[in-house]
Amino acid sequence: MADVGVVTEQPGPVHSGPEAAEVTRLRRRRVVGIVVLAAAILVAAAVSLAVGARGLSLAEVWHGLFADTGNDPAANEITLIVQTVRVPRTVLAIVAGIALGVAGALIQGHTRNPIADTGLLGINAGASFAVVLAIFLFGFQNPVQYVWFAFLGAAAAGTVVFGLSSLGRGAGNPLTLVLAGQGIAIFLAAMTTAVALADKASLDALRQWNAGSVAGVGWGVIWIAALFVVVGLILTLVNLPSINLLNLGDDVARALGANIALSRTIGMLAITLLAGAATAACGPITFLGLMVAHLARYRTGPDFRWLVPYAGLLGAVILLVCDVIGRLVARPDELQAGIVVALIGAPFFAALVWLGRFKRT
Amino acid sequence: MIDDLERDTTADVPPGLRVGRLSLVWRPWGVLVSVLLLAATFLLFCLSIGLGDFQIGLPQVISTIFGQGDRLDTFVIMDLRMPRALVGLITGFALGIAGALTQSIARNPLASPDVLGITWGASAVAVFLVTVTGGAASTITNTIGLPAAALIGGLGTGLLVYFLAWRRGIDGFRLILIGVSVSAVMEAITTWLLVTADIRDVARAQVWLVGSLEERSWHEVWIALWCTVALVTVVLAVAFHLKPMHFGDDVASGLGIRLALVRAILLLCAVLLAGVAVSAAGPIPFVALIAPQVAMRLLRSPTPPLLAAGVLGALLLLGADLVARTVLPISLPVGIVTAMIGGPFLVYLLVRANLRRDA
Repeated sequence: MADVGVVTEQPGPVHSGPEAAEVTRLRRRRVVGIVVLAAAILVAAAVSLAVGARGLSLAEVWHGLFADTGNDPAANEITLIVQTVRVPRTVLAIVAGIALGVAGALIQGHTRNPIADTGLLGINAGASFAVVLAIFLFGFQNPVQYVWFAFLGAAAAGTVVFGLSSLGRGAGNPLTLVLAGQGIAIFLAAMTTAVALADKASLDALRQWNAGSVAGVGWGVIWIAALFVVVGLILTLVNLPSINLLNLGDDVARALGANIALSRTIGMLAITLLAGAATAACGPITFLGLMVAHLARYRTGPDFRWLVPYAGLLGAVILLVCDVIGRLVARPDELQAGIVVALIGAPFFAALVWLGRFKRT
Repeated sequence: MIDDLERDTTADVPPGLRVGRLSLVWRPWGVLVSVLLLAATFLLFCLSIGLGDFQIGLPQVISTIFGQGDRLDTFVIMDLRMPRALVGLITGFALGIAGALTQSIARNPLASPDVLGITWGASAVAVFLVTVTGGAASTITNTIGLPAAALIGGLGTGLLVYFLAWRRGIDGFRLILIGVSVSAVMEAITTWLLVTADIRDVARAQVWLVGSLEERSWHEVWIALWCTVALVTVVLAVAFHLKPMHFGDDVASGLGIRLALVRAILLLCAVLLAGVAVSAAGPIPFVALIAPQVAMRLLRSPTPPLLAAGVLGALLLLGADLVARTVLPISLPVGIVTAMIGGPFLVYLLVRANLRRDA
C-alpha cells in the first residue's frame, strides 16, 4: 500500500515539540488540499456549463445563469441551454460524483479491501436490475418512481456480496470479494437481459440507462437523489471516526470501545444510500469510487476522517471532467460519462494492479 | 485465505495403477462417479433430442443415433435436433475444463474464464458487427462470419489480458484483476455501441450478451468439436504437472515442474476452450464456475478434476437447455437459465468459504 503521510493524528491533547509542529504541518497540508479540490470543482463546473454541442463563452454562461432574458431571441436560447440542459447535468455530476467517491472510500474502509468499489462489488448492478425490473413490471417512466427500487437493489446486492463476505471473522481474501461481486454482476446482467428479451420497450430504456449518463435528468430526480446523498453523507460523518478503529482489526477496535456491528450497519446503510442514489439518477458508474479512494489516499494517508472528504470532492471533479470529455470526443454524438469513467478508470485500475498496490490476502 | 484446494487429505494411501512409465492412483469412488456422470449425460443428451414439438421416445432416439431409425425420425433427429444438442454437449465440456484449469491456476474456487476478458471481448466484436452496418464491418461478417469474428475478438482480448498480466511470470491474482479491468473496457465499448445503434439491431445483438443454443448447424458442431478435441488433448498431456501446482509455487518448482511454461500452456488452453465455447454458443455464464466445483464435491477430490468437470459442464448445459426449452413458460436463451442456477450457487460458495475460514 502507498503509505504516504502515515502520520495519523492522535486524539487528545497534542504535546509540544517537533511532533506538534509535524501535526500542524500535516493538518495545514490537508486543509490546503481540500481548498484546492473545492476550487477544482468550481473550475470544472464552469467548463461543464460552457462546453457542449453549442459552445458558450463564460460571459454567455454568466448571462444565461443570472441575467433577465428580455426579448432578445439569441440570449433566450443561451438561457434555455444553460438553465435547462447544462445546469442540471453539472449539478448531477457533482452530486453523483461526491456520492460515488464517498461510497468508494467507505466501502474500502469497511471491507479493508483496496480493490473494493461499488461497481466491482455488484452494488450498482443490483440497483440497475431493480430499476429495469420496476420499469418492466410497473411500467414506471419517471425516475422519481423507481428511485426506491434502486435503493432496494443496491441494498440487496450489497448485502449478498459485502454482508456474506464479512460473515465469520470477515476481512477475507480481497480477490474472493471481487470475484463474488463480478459473479453477482454477471448474474444480474443475465437477469436484466431476460427482462429486456421479454419486453422490447424495457430494452430501449435499459440500454440508455446502462451507459451511466448525467445528461437529460430532470430536477425532480436530482432533488431526490441529492436528498438521499445528504442523508448518506450525514451517516458517513457519524461513521467516520469508527472506521479508523475498525481498520486496526476487529479485536483492537472492540477493545478500544467501538461498537462493531453498529458501525458496520451504519456504514452499509450509508454506502447503499450513496451508491443507490447515484445509480438511480445516472445509471451504473464503475471504477469512480475505486479511483478516487486511491488518489485521495495518496495525499491523505490512511486517516479516513480526511480520506473520505477528499474522495468525495475528487469524485465530483473526475465525474465533471469525464462528462466534459464525453461531450468533446465523440462530436456530434456524446460519450456517456459512465463510459468515459470506465475507459479511464479500468486502465488506472490495471496500472495499480501492475504496480503491485493490492495486497493478496 | 479461502482455498478449497488445501483441504486435508490424509486418508490411507490408495493403491496405485502402473502402465509402463505412467502411474495413476486407483480411486474406485472417482471412477464410479465419472461413469455415472457419463451415463447421465448420455441419457440427458438423448432426452434433449427426443423432447420437442414432435416427441420421439427414448428407444427410438437411441436406435436412430446408431443408424437404425426410420426416415422421419432420422430427419428430425439428425438434421434438426442433433446439432443443437451436440453444440450444447461440446460447449459444456469445453467450459467445464476451462473452468477447472482457471480455478486450479488461480487457486481460487470463484475464478472462472468469465472474468478473463474472453466473454466481453467476443461480445464487443459481435455487437460491433451486428450494430455497425456497411464498410469494414460487413466485409468481415461476409468473409469470415460472425462466430469466427467473435472468436478472434475473444481470443485477442484473452491474450491481451495475458500479456498485460505478465510480469516475470503469471500469477492468478494479477491475472484476474487485469481480466476484470480489460473486461470493463470491453463492456464500456459494448454499452456505447448499443446506445448508438438502431433499436432493431440492439435486439439482435442481445443474443451475443447471453449465450443461446438456438439455430445451430452441423457447421458449428464440427468447428467446435475439432477445436475442443485438439485442445483437450494438449491439456491432458500437460495436466500431470497440474496437481503439484496446488501445493504452491515453491513446492511445485521444488518437485521439478517448469511453472511458467506449464501455467502458460494450460492458461492458454483455458482461454482457447472458453473462446471456442463463446463462438459456438455465445457467452454462457457460470457453467465454467459451477462445473469444476460440483465435480470436486461429487468426486471428493481435493482439486477440481479436469475430465469430470468437463462432463459435468456438458450435463449442466444440456439440462439447462432442456429446462429453457420445455419447462419455462417463455422461451429464454440457455444462458439465462445457467445464470439462474449460477447466482445462488455462487452465494453458497461464498457462505461456505467464509464459514470454513472461521472454523
